[in-house]
Amino acid sequence: MAKLLAVTILVIAAVSAIPIEEHIWTAPADISTHGPLIDSQMSDTMGETGLCFLAGQFVLALFIWMYSGRGREHRIGRFPGGATGLVIAAFLIVGTEVIALGVLGSKAWAQVYFAPLKPGAMTVEAQAGQFAFYFRYPGPDGKFGPIHPEMISDATENFYGLDTQNDPASKDDIVTAEMAIPVDREIQLWMHSKDLGHSFYVPALRIQQDFVPGLDLSIHFTANKIGKYEIVCTQLCGLGHYNMKAYLEVMSRQDFDAWLKQQAALQ
Amino acid sequence: MHDVRATQEVKHHGPPASFIRKYIFSIDHKVIGRQYYGLGLLAVFVGMGLSWLMRLHLGWTSLAIPGLGWLNPVGAPGGLMTPEYYLQLMTMHGTIMVFFVLTVAPFAAFGNFFLPIQVGAEDMPFPHINMMSFWVTFAAFAVLISSFFFGDGPSLAGWTAYAPLTAVGSIAGPGQGLGQVLWAFSIALFCVGQLLGSLNFIPTTLDLRAKGMTFSRMPQTVWAWFITSCMGLTAFSVLMPACILLIMDHLIGTSFFVPSNLVVSDQLQPHSGGSTLLWQHLFWFFGHPEVYIAIVPAMGIVSHVLITSLRRPLLSWKTIVASMVSLAFLSYMVYGHHMFVSGMNPVSSLVFSFPTLIITIPSTIIVLIWLGSIYQSRLRVNSASLFALGFISMFITGGVSGFFLAQPSLDIMLHATYFVVGHFHFVMAVAAIFGIFSGTYFWFPKMFGRMMNEPLGKLHFWLTFVGVYGIFMPFHYLGLAANVRRYQAFVDDYTTRLVPVHQFSTIFALFTGAAQLIFLYNLIHSRFWGKLATDNPWESTSLEWTTTSPPPYDNFGGRHPIIYHDPYQFGVQTASGTDYIMQDSPEESVSEETRSSS
Repeated sequence: MAKLLAVTILVIAAVSAIPIEEHIWTAPADISTHGPLIDSQMSDTMGETGLCFLAGQFVLALFIWMYSGRGREHRIGRFPGGATGLVIAAFLIVGTEVIALGVLGSKAWAQVYFAPLKPGAMTVEAQAGQFAFYFRYPGPDGKFGPIHPEMISDATENFYGLDTQNDPASKDDIVTAEMAIPVDREIQLWMHSKDLGHSFYVPALRIQQDFVPGLDLSIHFTANKIGKYEIVCTQLCGLGHYNMKAYLEVMSRQDFDAWLKQQAALQ
Repeated sequence: MHDVRATQEVKHHGPPASFIRKYIFSIDHKVIGRQYYGLGLLAVFVGMGLSWLMRLHLGWTSLAIPGLGWLNPVGAPGGLMTPEYYLQLMTMHGTIMVFFVLTVAPFAAFGNFFLPIQVGAEDMPFPHINMMSFWVTFAAFAVLISSFFFGDGPSLAGWTAYAPLTAVGSIAGPGQGLGQVLWAFSIALFCVGQLLGSLNFIPTTLDLRAKGMTFSRMPQTVWAWFITSCMGLTAFSVLMPACILLIMDHLIGTSFFVPSNLVVSDQLQPHSGGSTLLWQHLFWFFGHPEVYIAIVPAMGIVSHVLITSLRRPLLSWKTIVASMVSLAFLSYMVYGHHMFVSGMNPVSSLVFSFPTLIITIPSTIIVLIWLGSIYQSRLRVNSASLFALGFISMFITGGVSGFFLAQPSLDIMLHATYFVVGHFHFVMAVAAIFGIFSGTYFWFPKMFGRMMNEPLGKLHFWLTFVGVYGIFMPFHYLGLAANVRRYQAFVDDYTTRLVPVHQFSTIFALFTGAAQLIFLYNLIHSRFWGKLATDNPWESTSLEWTTTSPPPYDNFGGRHPIIYHDPYQFGVQTASGTDYIMQDSPEESVSEETRSSS
């Protein structure tokens, strides 16, 4: 029975590794300038931890196979190097791995969160609410009008709580249900929740950031591939959470300008 | 140096006189341990039933589940689950499993029964507080389950109960009014119950050890329960006030977790000045130690069972204990890895990242010591040792995926995906449950005086071992493909191709769940009709095996054990021909094959 367990452990470990080795189920292809660093970090981590996983299961299976059912005629032995050797091995192997992954991972994180905003970046606002995203562009004046929470209303379609009668900066603001951005231009996204916790997750863009009620947060990124991608909510926000989604359309500069004009006309 | 305190110095209660005092409001730690075990058993089958419904729905979203419409015509009209009902079942599944199974069974149930016996005590120092601990925990479970029957059902906010979804009331959705208040009340009660438990475990370990039971002679399980009690004392005492604050936000108009200017369902909320991240900090300051509150006792049980099965002491008990202490200590410093993309300052994320990576070192050391101890041992295969070995396999699998989630840059992709669900089900849930199964097969003879059926136990192991890999390994693939968790259906374009993976997982979940009925049958049948157990059926060495099966009300029948050895004198040769020496036996080894190292 022990030998069967050893074989089962090996088979499970090997079979588990196949879908990862064969890349059968993977995230949507990266479309961001910072994504390659995250993807390479993911791949390095997969390599190192995959090795630990297979080695750990193999040694477990091997020892179960070799040392089960042995009678008193077999002398109980001591692992070479004893506990001290194993502790040193753990510190060396895992410690090195920890330092390598930690340092390299910090580099990828820094590129997303610590890199300064480049001059000429375009600012877009995202607002999350049960169960929809809305986006706001500042219009020709380049300014966002102030938000009046008491005026926010889905019923009157004033999703952002703008007072276009009295706030000059609000008059030309463009509010959309789809997010469009020009390709190869850095975007600064200001994030704001009108009601509860939500999240902005665009797997293809390698971006995930929670909306925090009461806080305005900013992230920035550059998309380098034209196409239509999904924005989904990953912070449980109520019964419609699973269906809270929007599209991100990355366009050529000309197409984006035309789209923005078209949206302005619809306001 | 031998320790000092002997049990006879402590005044203890006499045998119970009535049925109620014996079986219901008992102050006997063994009865309380059995009561906790029964609660854990009830909870695990309720939690598993909920997971069956969830998995069925996730595999086949448009499937009308037979009987569910009758059970809940509102949540599942015609048997077809509504989105909110799915989330309510999910919330209850997580809450029941984390609190009432993973905390109750390995810590409160086995700890209550065996901690006093293993240190040579007659009972805990505060038996009435111990009784209260169980009944408060039971009340917490009753309050949680009652939320199915009041208002618009249980909370749908998940077991993590993130504010402000959980703090603004029923305007946020079904179950967010009364259901959420009942959830918070239940968890606050649960915290009280476990704090009372910890208040007994710690002095039992420190003050009630038998003569000769030095710290270095305490079994691995005692160390594990002691460390867990210390964690429980700090972790639950943070979660309890957090729950009270949440209830106050609901009932008396405070705003601890709700900032100003929130507009929910087109209504401006009358709150101001609160912080939504405050809840996350308080919750995870409890929540991450909670992972170790579940797993450290299971580690102790696995060590304890393995040693008897390997017929040798571990390579180094001190290294294991030091690693468990390190895990406990570090568990408070890593909680922020749950919040990498929460809006917390990104520098804080890096600060939390390094201890999270470092915590893998003590975990690795523990696994390596176990593996090194199997080397050239005399491994005996039985249901208990199979589950202990299965635990190691699960812990390796769940442990390595932790490397991904410890890195903020990878968390950008993996946060809130099925990768996280796969990770914690392996490393915390299934591993701890394997520890519970191992402990059950090992200690059942002592707890109930009868043997469990071994062939059924082994069958249970095989089906469960293969089954859980079938359920949870695919979760990692789903997460790597960015499949978001806590969705009742997968409507995003990029996730529709992942539905067959969910169906695969569901089939294994149904199959593995059904296999647990074998365990339930074995448990009930053996309880009444199992073969009578001897005092020491596994030829083990610690104090619980020196008394009768089951032990008398005062544990040792008026005898006060004196301890002569460390707890794991295996791999020796005695004059009587055995390969072990009981902890309270003055007998010495004729010749030693191996000794435990320090």
